[in-house]
Amino acid sequence: MVMEVKFAGHLSKVFAAFLAIAVMVAVAPAAYAEEPSVKIDNFTFNPPSLTVTAGTTVTWKNEDDIPHTVASTTRAFKSKALDTDDSYTFTFTTPGVYEYFCSIHPHMTGKIVVEAKTGSN
Amino acid sequence: MTSEDDNHGPSRRKVLECMTWAGTGVLWTIAGGVPTSMGIIDQALAAEPKGLTFLQISDSHVGFDKPANPNALGTLEEAIGRVKALPVKPSFMIHTGDISHLSKVKEFDDADQMISQARLDVHYVPGEHDLLDDEAKLYKERYGRGAKGAGWYSFDANGVHFIGLVNVVNLKAGGLGNLGDEQLEWLEADLKGRSASAPIVVFAHIPLWIAYKEWGWGTEDGARALEYLKRFGSVTVLNGHIHQVMQKVEGNVTFHTALSTAFPQPVPGTAPSPGPMKVADDKLRTLLGITNVTFKQGDQRLAIVDQPLKT
Repeated sequence: MVMEVKFAGHLSKVFAAFLAIAVMVAVAPAAYAEEPSVKIDNFTFNPPSLTVTAGTTVTWKNEDDIPHTVASTTRAFKSKALDTDDSYTFTFTTPGVYEYFCSIHPHMTGKIVVEAKTGSN
Repeated sequence: MTSEDDNHGPSRRKVLECMTWAGTGVLWTIAGGVPTSMGIIDQALAAEPKGLTFLQISDSHVGFDKPANPNALGTLEEAIGRVKALPVKPSFMIHTGDISHLSKVKEFDDADQMISQARLDVHYVPGEHDLLDDEAKLYKERYGRGAKGAGWYSFDANGVHFIGLVNVVNLKAGGLGNLGDEQLEWLEADLKGRSASAPIVVFAHIPLWIAYKEWGWGTEDGARALEYLKRFGSVTVLNGHIHQVMQKVEGNVTFHTALSTAFPQPVPGTAPSPGPMKVADDKLRTLLGITNVTFKQGDQRLAIVDQPLKT
């Protein structure tokens, strides 16, 4: 990584290295650890099956021109009607298989598989 | 059904040919369950039917503002304009659901204000877009007073028995439209003791038959309702939801779906999803419209005329 830091001598190199690490740390969560999401478009949930670890927050975003909902078949969670570009989030704390559907268009189905955190079982 | 009707009835193939024309304004006369194409709208309306004429409008989606039609309230206004201009004033109107797009107070207010300009009684059934608020209170307060359950009811007009059903609540994952046990029991009781010669009109939002399973266009337990209707000589099932004209005849039962007043949806299987279909601006109004239904007393005939906003 090339950086232009207006300091002289040895100190500037140390500072530049520190800055580089700081930048990497700041950028990493957005680039590599993005919150898992499900896109709703063409009357489908994409991906239809998503595997996450316990404690993960999943975001659904409706990209259709028609409202949809995200409703657990066991009533564990249910969104309001999501208009175009509306999002819904739910945090899965307990491992298990969570099947859900759109309560307005019930032929739309999907599932979230929640696995236990490594080392916590 | 008389043998004379049979002789004059079209072949199955002819019916199917006519079906593709229905959206452009073919009049259907139903005689004992066999539809006969009578010609285009203007000729049909000139015939001045005696008996009961009522109107069906559907899928107004007031509040919808996406590219497929940025002004759904405007096209509803045009549809009501067509109603007011009809040569034969209908006795009343039925609305087969999706009055609003998102069940918002303003959407219902705007729809009511527009529809009331037709100065006709309106009998509603809900679409899934009308029940999106918490506990679906708004629909019930405005349209569901006196109705049973989620909003089903029946009434009589000119010797025709009308039944409004609700198939958009308690939907199951992976399933289709749903009537449910409570409503089906009510329907069975409602029909009990009625003469088999009494013409029946059933209206509900989602098609009562399986129009296209892959897109959820059908009613899971619709066959149970049809079982109760089987013994009647003249049954007409009017639905909305799919924003296009589709017609099917099974025994004495004629199924017909209405155009939307808001936006068209694709023909089954011709698009990746049933979402709103964007068409050229000058084509939009040929795919939106209203439906005029006439029952002529004595000869058990129901004529269904689809009228696009523009031909």
